[in-house]
Amino acid sequence: MTVTATRETTSPPTPAKRPDGGGRRRAWATRAPLLPALVFLIAVTQLPFVATLVISLFDWNSLKPEKRHFTGFSNYASVFTDEALRESVVTTVVLTASVVIVSVVLGLLFALLLDRAFFGRGFVRTLLITPFLLVPVSAALLWKHALYNPEYGLFNGALTWFGELFGIESIAQPEWTSQMPLIAIEASLVWQWTPFMMLILLAGLQSRPAEIMEAARLDGAGPWQMFRYLTLPHLRRYLELGILLGSVYIVQNFDAVFTITSGGLGTANLPYTVYETFYRAHEYGLASAAGVVVVIGTIVIATFALRTVSSLFREEASRS
Amino acid sequence: MSASTATSASVPASASASVNAATRKARRRSAALGVAAWVVGIGFCLPALWMVLTSFHAEADAATNPPSIAATLTLDGYRTFFGGGGGPTPWPPLVNSLAASFFSTVLVLLLALPAAYALSIRRVRKWTDVMFFFLSTKMLPVVAGLLPVYLFAKNTGLLDNIWLLVLLYTSMNLPIAVWMMQSFLADVPVSIIEAAQVDGARLPTVLRRVVAPVAGPGIAATALICFIFSWNELLFARVLTGVVAGTAPVHLTTFVTSQGLFLAQLCAASVVVSLPVLVAGYAAQDKLVQGLSLGAVK
Repeated sequence: MTVTATRETTSPPTPAKRPDGGGRRRAWATRAPLLPALVFLIAVTQLPFVATLVISLFDWNSLKPEKRHFTGFSNYASVFTDEALRESVVTTVVLTASVVIVSVVLGLLFALLLDRAFFGRGFVRTLLITPFLLVPVSAALLWKHALYNPEYGLFNGALTWFGELFGIESIAQPEWTSQMPLIAIEASLVWQWTPFMMLILLAGLQSRPAEIMEAARLDGAGPWQMFRYLTLPHLRRYLELGILLGSVYIVQNFDAVFTITSGGLGTANLPYTVYETFYRAHEYGLASAAGVVVVIGTIVIATFALRTVSSLFREEASRS
Repeated sequence: MSASTATSASVPASASASVNAATRKARRRSAALGVAAWVVGIGFCLPALWMVLTSFHAEADAATNPPSIAATLTLDGYRTFFGGGGGPTPWPPLVNSLAASFFSTVLVLLLALPAAYALSIRRVRKWTDVMFFFLSTKMLPVVAGLLPVYLFAKNTGLLDNIWLLVLLYTSMNLPIAVWMMQSFLADVPVSIIEAAQVDGARLPTVLRRVVAPVAGPGIAATALICFIFSWNELLFARVLTGVVAGTAPVHLTTFVTSQGLFLAQLCAASVVVSLPVLVAGYAAQDKLVQGLSLGAVK
């Protein structure tokens, strides 16, 4: 599906074919180990998608199977005209963009902090990646119940503490998940994804050529100058990679939306909406059309992602 | 800040003094940044630490405002989670998760190792195209194929069956595994492999005797990451399993609604379910980056 992105990648020169008669058999022997994985992937990922494409052209509610009929692109028309579905497109974009941007900025700050040697660096690094290693559902449950709960969540508990500390009688106790539902989901996702960005950017920071950094320091470059003119350009590819991979994963987020708000209060993103449309509303055709829209959106991001990965990959190849 | 290094090369008489001042200043700054890193680390991890602490509290102490930090510690949350007190035991979901993750990881390795071998050691023609095809399937959102898979499972009686999850998790992790392993196998010197082939070794022998010892740590890290992703997965498990084959994440989501909210118990449950992933993740920390960035960042 993302063939366009791969067109421009140049394959490295293949070894010249041996002139002997076994050339064809040898070529097959070379390819054979690749085939099981390839066939498996095509069967398990591409075939269902083709089926989704077909179903998306039908008006099909599983509760009324006898009324199933071909409708062409009308499901797609519904996806783009249905208020709720259109809102979920916007929600998806807002959710993905805000989580990615905030976690990249935080991740960069954390990576810069961890880039130097200090006492207990390994331990701090372990602390910082912990949120990423929690099972997403438990992280979402943790935020919903142990942190956001208006009666005994940590956030309001901390507010009460401050209130007592400064002698304020009844300090405001916000209901986080109902007053700011989208921000509540975003905060929990930022918490989970910042470590991912930090790990990638840390790898980038540590691959900076030490001689050039040293030379710049000797030439009298200040920390800010070094960051602005050496580190940041060097990190560009890593930033791109983090942003794009993060987008591809977060666009598909289901766990946090499902757990924290169940898609209520304008927080339903496309994956949740697709789930809801087919699992609860039994609208198979409509759900499939929405699914296809998610795919198209992801392909747009993925095309850039693949391009970034391929350029990193080429650099790697030319270095070795 | 930038003045510290600029002055060092100038006047000989005061040179050593100013260098000393500069290094002292730099040392103080890096000590301050070290402290800042500790504060940020603990602050950022606080929700997770809070979860662990709460899991060791009695229910009455867990649900208070302001929170009771000094409350007595107890294992009650864990005891109730594991079925003490007559509730349902979490063992079936945990075993389901373990089985689905383990078997899909094995299947991924069986499929990905030969593929990565073909892609990294013998350069297949158009190999980058093949690599990118693998990657592009990872970019295909799972919701896009969910409904047909559900219908297929319903019509073939595969619904609520962990083997279906095994197949789906394999397809979910295979692209990542191929990419990761490709980058690990590229480190195996081709000459050793050719020598083995000249000696008459066939593919399985080459993989076992030559490739595995060199790329072993990378293969292990790949396996860990596949295991983590399978263990974490919710959407497929939620839609395609039910009473019999429900996995640990599904159990967690139904936990709250079925028993009302018991915060300590919920935290205990979250800790237990996350524990395997935490252990695996800490173990694979370094390789984790490479794996998650699909081998592009070394």
